[in-house]
Amino acid sequence: MEVPILKQGRFLIATIQAALSDADLLQLRRALIDKVIHFRSNGVIIDVTALDVMDSFATRTLRDITNMIRLRGAGTVIVGIQPEVAFAMVQLGLTMEGVATALDLEEGLEHLQLRATGKI
Amino acid sequence: MSSNKRSANQDQRTAAQSTELLQELVAHLRQNRTQLREEWANRIAEARLLTAMTKEELFAEATSVYDNYVEALSTGTFEALQTYARDLSERIIPRGVETHEVVGIVLLLRDVLARSLFAKYQGDFMMLNRILDAYEPAANRIANTVAVGFVQERERVIRQQQEAIRELSTPVLQVRERLLILPIIGVIDAQRARQLTEQLLRGIRTNRAKVVVIDITGVAAMDATVANHLVQTVEASRLLGATVVVTGLSPEIAQTIVTIGVDLGKMNTVGDLQGGIEQAERLLGYKVVPVADTASA
Repeated sequence: MEVPILKQGRFLIATIQAALSDADLLQLRRALIDKVIHFRSNGVIIDVTALDVMDSFATRTLRDITNMIRLRGAGTVIVGIQPEVAFAMVQLGLTMEGVATALDLEEGLEHLQLRATGKI
Repeated sequence: MSSNKRSANQDQRTAAQSTELLQELVAHLRQNRTQLREEWANRIAEARLLTAMTKEELFAEATSVYDNYVEALSTGTFEALQTYARDLSERIIPRGVETHEVVGIVLLLRDVLARSLFAKYQGDFMMLNRILDAYEPAANRIANTVAVGFVQERERVIRQQQEAIRELSTPVLQVRERLLILPIIGVIDAQRARQLTEQLLRGIRTNRAKVVVIDITGVAAMDATVANHLVQTVEASRLLGATVVVTGLSPEIAQTIVTIGVDLGKMNTVGDLQGGIEQAERLLGYKVVPVADTASA
């Protein structure tokens, strides 16, 4: 299933709407990088509110995406991790170090705005 | 095959016989109700059981236990007795009646009735034997039913109280917009730690918290598992976008955390709750200023 990527000013918003296969995740990675370059975006929000499972591959891919986007000088925020998912992730040792996280889309946008103005 | 059949027939016959005997027994117990009941009440008083109850209450309760006992013997069904035992336990547990007392009085009743049987059939040893054969299993089952009913009721009360304590012991409080505090008091075991985490993560979501202060001043010690769990809670909160400040670590807990080699870089710790709240306010961009200063400015 393809993940829609919306452009909102200089930010991109990718909302994951259902459980993704590994191939879907790789496709998302590819699409996000392309779009960041194409639109010269300086921030990306990945919304995972709909996910009730985050496995090691998903976690690693999201971290990779963050790192790749950072190389383009843009920031990434993962938003909407569910409480149960968060706890399951830390129990599995998937703590996504170095990746910015926020409660929801609104918080994520605020974070990116602060980052864009150099306050973070 | 045929031997099986014969033994089945035999079983049936013995069963029928024992019901007959039980009925005879029940008739005897009904006849001597007043006297046996009195003797039983005296024995209870002698053994100093159920001292939490007054003499009248004891007698009234003894009467209904006796009747229920005889009823269970005569019908051979224990549901009514079970219900009664549960009701009785519900009434007497809040008054501090102990398990040994309940078991004690039922066993006393069994003994009193057995004695009366000895007295009645002392001339006919064979008959006495058969009567006891019928009586003993039923009596034991009654004792069992009552004791189990009592213990189950106690366990139910304990469970209820545990739940209440658990609910009470983990408040997640909002001190300011987007700032939560979680004061932890008492001993943390693995189960409570888990519950704390769940409640905190849910609280972060519903209050849209950005900063959480976990105050563990009231926790004297924690083992490695729980310390690890605390660290996991901090990390899980971060995944929800909240920063955690841990305050009030006792020297012992500080030692535990250092010994198990938890990475303190991930943990934001401040000495006391006041310092923690001040730091949280800084993180949220608040500045607390005395009224006098704002007036002069």
